[in-house]
Amino acid sequence: MDKACLTFRDLTLGYGSHPAVHHLNGVVRRGSLTAVVGANGSGKSTLMKGIVGALKPMAGAVTKADGVRIAYLPQQSELDRSFPARVVDLVSLGLWSRRGLLGRHTAQDRATVAEALAAVGLEGFETRALDTLSGGQLQRTLFARVLVQDAELILLDEPFNAVDAKTVGDLIALIKRWHGEERTVMVVAHDLDLVRHNFPETLLLARQPVAWGATATTLTPENMARARRFHEAWEDDAPWCEPDAHHHAHDHGHAHHHHAHDADALASANGPKAA
Amino acid sequence: MQALYALLVSPFVDYAFMQKALFGSLLLSAGACPVGVFLMLRRMSLSGDAMAHAILPGAAAGFLFYGLEILPMTVGGLVAGIVVALGAGAVSRFTVQREDASMAAFYLISLALGVLLVSVRGSSVDLMHVLFGTVLALNNEALGLIGAIAAVTLVSLFVFWRALVAECLDPLFLRSVSRLGSPVHFIFLGLVVINLVGGFQALGTLLSVGLMILPAAAARFWTARVETMCVAAVAIGFASCVAGLLLSYHAALPSGPAIILSAGAVYLVSVLAGTRGALRARLVTHRHRTA
Repeated sequence: MDKACLTFRDLTLGYGSHPAVHHLNGVVRRGSLTAVVGANGSGKSTLMKGIVGALKPMAGAVTKADGVRIAYLPQQSELDRSFPARVVDLVSLGLWSRRGLLGRHTAQDRATVAEALAAVGLEGFETRALDTLSGGQLQRTLFARVLVQDAELILLDEPFNAVDAKTVGDLIALIKRWHGEERTVMVVAHDLDLVRHNFPETLLLARQPVAWGATATTLTPENMARARRFHEAWEDDAPWCEPDAHHHAHDHGHAHHHHAHDADALASANGPKAA
Repeated sequence: MQALYALLVSPFVDYAFMQKALFGSLLLSAGACPVGVFLMLRRMSLSGDAMAHAILPGAAAGFLFYGLEILPMTVGGLVAGIVVALGAGAVSRFTVQREDASMAAFYLISLALGVLLVSVRGSSVDLMHVLFGTVLALNNEALGLIGAIAAVTLVSLFVFWRALVAECLDPLFLRSVSRLGSPVHFIFLGLVVINLVGGFQALGTLLSVGLMILPAAAARFWTARVETMCVAAVAIGFASCVAGLLLSYHAALPSGPAIILSAGAVYLVSVLAGTRGALRARLVTHRHRTA
């Protein structure tokens, strides 16, 4: 059971020459449910993009276990709501991993789609046009698509934004159902109470990982204060992070000496599962 | 009855050039109209227009070296169109610049080059041929080319349908489940180019884009499904070709503009009277259901 689903090896992701996720090491266990928490600009969404492969690492690597399929719900969907499509059309896209480009959608597939819509409380919405949905309904539609994707690794980037309390409850129930089915789930979230109540594990990011482990030991006041102290803006004259300081690239548990001022933060950063 | 026959049918029965014109323009509609639907749904209608201009230097180069011959002009147009489509597509995919700007840049360069080439040798009559086409002078060679283009287009659309819809509807999602996103985009641009090249034989570079965009834009007002929209666009394209050719025959008008104006008339009627058109939206809002 303790097998790795995702492994980060000295992963650095970013834009231009500026890192947004800096030297992340560690392992996401198969079947774990992890909240990713941090201030704006702390690298949460960037990490998600890196895992999906939408962003190439600047250094290091992220490796998936063999045969792991990913379902990814981005924070800023590029969904075109004016496209003439119905709710079922959007949810049926989730069948892609099984049916691909040319495979016929069977009666079984249609039943799967209908079940997914029922699971998010959208029975009777099948033929509704996308541009007639409210924000929360659209979010639930996208959850239904994640359900249909039937993936081993599920990444949700701020799925609770602009969603009412009841719907948040429904979505949390779905996430717990996935957790119960031994799927690996990572959720970017801002509501710390929600994280404390529902997520067994938390990764606290502030560009560098600040803490990673059981939620209760991660979201301590000291860690939160440390996460808040990070400098959000990029600096063009920031010193280069020299690669020769990284011959320990594959040595997970190693602290990063070239960040002397962060060394204490990073000692815990590599996480309980890293060494 | 006799008068109706003389008006609508006999021109096509009596004259071989009218049959060929009809056949060629119908084939063209079958491929170009569904491509136009996707062009419109991707908000690339004006890119289609730009692309039509971009074909000009290639066609002009063919014309410069071989005169008014179908094959060299077609190949030239194809090459120019693909260079511009790939160039603009690549700039938008791999840099921060959006496709509208990169397309405008490439087509303007291309168009200027085309006009320059035509002016080096051609008289203004030749230029008119290149710009407005000669649907009534379609020969078997041209018909074969248009038929092949229509066949390639329809087969490609059928094969890549799901990816094309996904790429329009939710490109980020497609990227997360499949590597087809970028290839499908370029395949689609390729379809746009070959259909414009096919069209410029019959309608000229300036008007070939009309048969692509106008039926699609009109069909948008009648249906809310992509599948039916494509069928409706093809039907509108067919009707425009028949109407335009008859108009051209009876009133002795140039055939290309007559076809495009017919499609334009259908568009204007659709804007007003379509089931999703302007008038309907005004009239129906007075009543509403309880849920």
